[in-house]
Amino acid sequence: MDWIQTLLIPIVYSTILVVILLTGFAYLSYVERKLVARFTMRFGPNRAGPFGLLQPLADALKMMFKEELSPKNADLPVYLLAPFLAISTAVIGWAVFPFASRGFSVLGYSVPPVLADVNIGLLYVAAVTSIGSYAVVLAGWSSNNKYSLLGALRAGAQMVSYELPLGLTLVAVILVVGSMNMTEIIQYQLDHTWLIVLQPFAAIIFFIAGLAESNRSPFDLPETENELVSGYITEYGGIRFAAFFMGEYIHMITFGAIISILFLGGWSGPGADAVPFLGLVYFILKIALMIFMMIWVRASVPRVRYDQLMRFCWKFLMPLALLNLVVTAIVIAL
Amino acid sequence: MPADYLPILIMLVVAALFALVALIVPYYMGPRNPSTSKSDTYESGKLPFGTARRQVPIHYYMVAMLFMMFDIEVIFFYPWAVIFRQLKIFGLIEMGVFVAILLVGYVYIWKKGALEWD
Repeated sequence: MDWIQTLLIPIVYSTILVVILLTGFAYLSYVERKLVARFTMRFGPNRAGPFGLLQPLADALKMMFKEELSPKNADLPVYLLAPFLAISTAVIGWAVFPFASRGFSVLGYSVPPVLADVNIGLLYVAAVTSIGSYAVVLAGWSSNNKYSLLGALRAGAQMVSYELPLGLTLVAVILVVGSMNMTEIIQYQLDHTWLIVLQPFAAIIFFIAGLAESNRSPFDLPETENELVSGYITEYGGIRFAAFFMGEYIHMITFGAIISILFLGGWSGPGADAVPFLGLVYFILKIALMIFMMIWVRASVPRVRYDQLMRFCWKFLMPLALLNLVVTAIVIAL
Repeated sequence: MPADYLPILIMLVVAALFALVALIVPYYMGPRNPSTSKSDTYESGKLPFGTARRQVPIHYYMVAMLFMMFDIEVIFFYPWAVIFRQLKIFGLIEMGVFVAILLVGYVYIWKKGALEWD
């Protein structure tokens, strides 16, 4: 009976993924603080451990030993559901990402390079990553706090703005590749060239919409700490507060991964076909580059107002994405 | 094949368990010393007044309604894009008609000022 193949390996696989993402999140918070500090000519965390490397650990311990408070006016079930959604939905997209050209085998059981090689991979990712916004809206509404409510309203405004250009650029990618399977998308880029060359507009629109989807500056309107206290997380403390941070940062990593797979060839690179491990290294490097870009944008661009965001998405990104789609279709058909 | 989706289900369960553990365990690690003012609504240190559960004008209400329709229309593109290479010119013309109707609606709501705030 191969229950090991069908059950144990996916369980171990996904556990490792979740653990890596959680530690990755902790160090991403360190990297971001350090980088933003450098961009603004400060030092950043440098007290806990050498170069402040133990800072994430110290933060995590502090968050864990905080007193857990629930505001008495809050809608408790929804209030508790929101941080749960924020963490759990951020990681599940990783089930369909291919990490290397081929897997390896342990004791006769094969470990695939992708956990679930399904033919609707891209649709699954698009569906799963948008659930994260619901965590924000639910948190803001259930807290029964005016700041939080305003944050949730802005999250809603953001959601109805970026989803359209995001969806349309994904269609352009599917159109070029002719498949929604992640492995086939990478295979296409191996055979031809990286999609950022074929679809530069789609790549740029996707990056901007991705910033909005993961609530990153300049689109971190639901949070806006200098006008709404902390926006949707005002009433959260301790580990529940950390949960939203976890969600946001893992969303960043996920977005880096999606952009790398769709537009930068995923694990492809010199020698990656022969040595699968090298592919994993390239993949991580590409994700790191994307994350660096996101942090760079945060340090350089001021936050927009949310009516500006809506106008920008509906009147500029959406027609541009549609035009890109139509031109792509015409070029492919002829 | 439904079996292909089993790993996704497993991943869902693992992620949910991790989130549950991460949220429940620290509840027993921290001190517990509740008081009325601690669990009050935070309004920058002032005494909270009223509730947040009241009617709020949502300026983008119309945009949200339009979003639902446009998002559903975007979903129609997905299956079309996957089989576009088999459909060739036929698919292009069919979708050209669809996009034209979409564009007419889009231009109409733009001209009518539905994308502006009231």
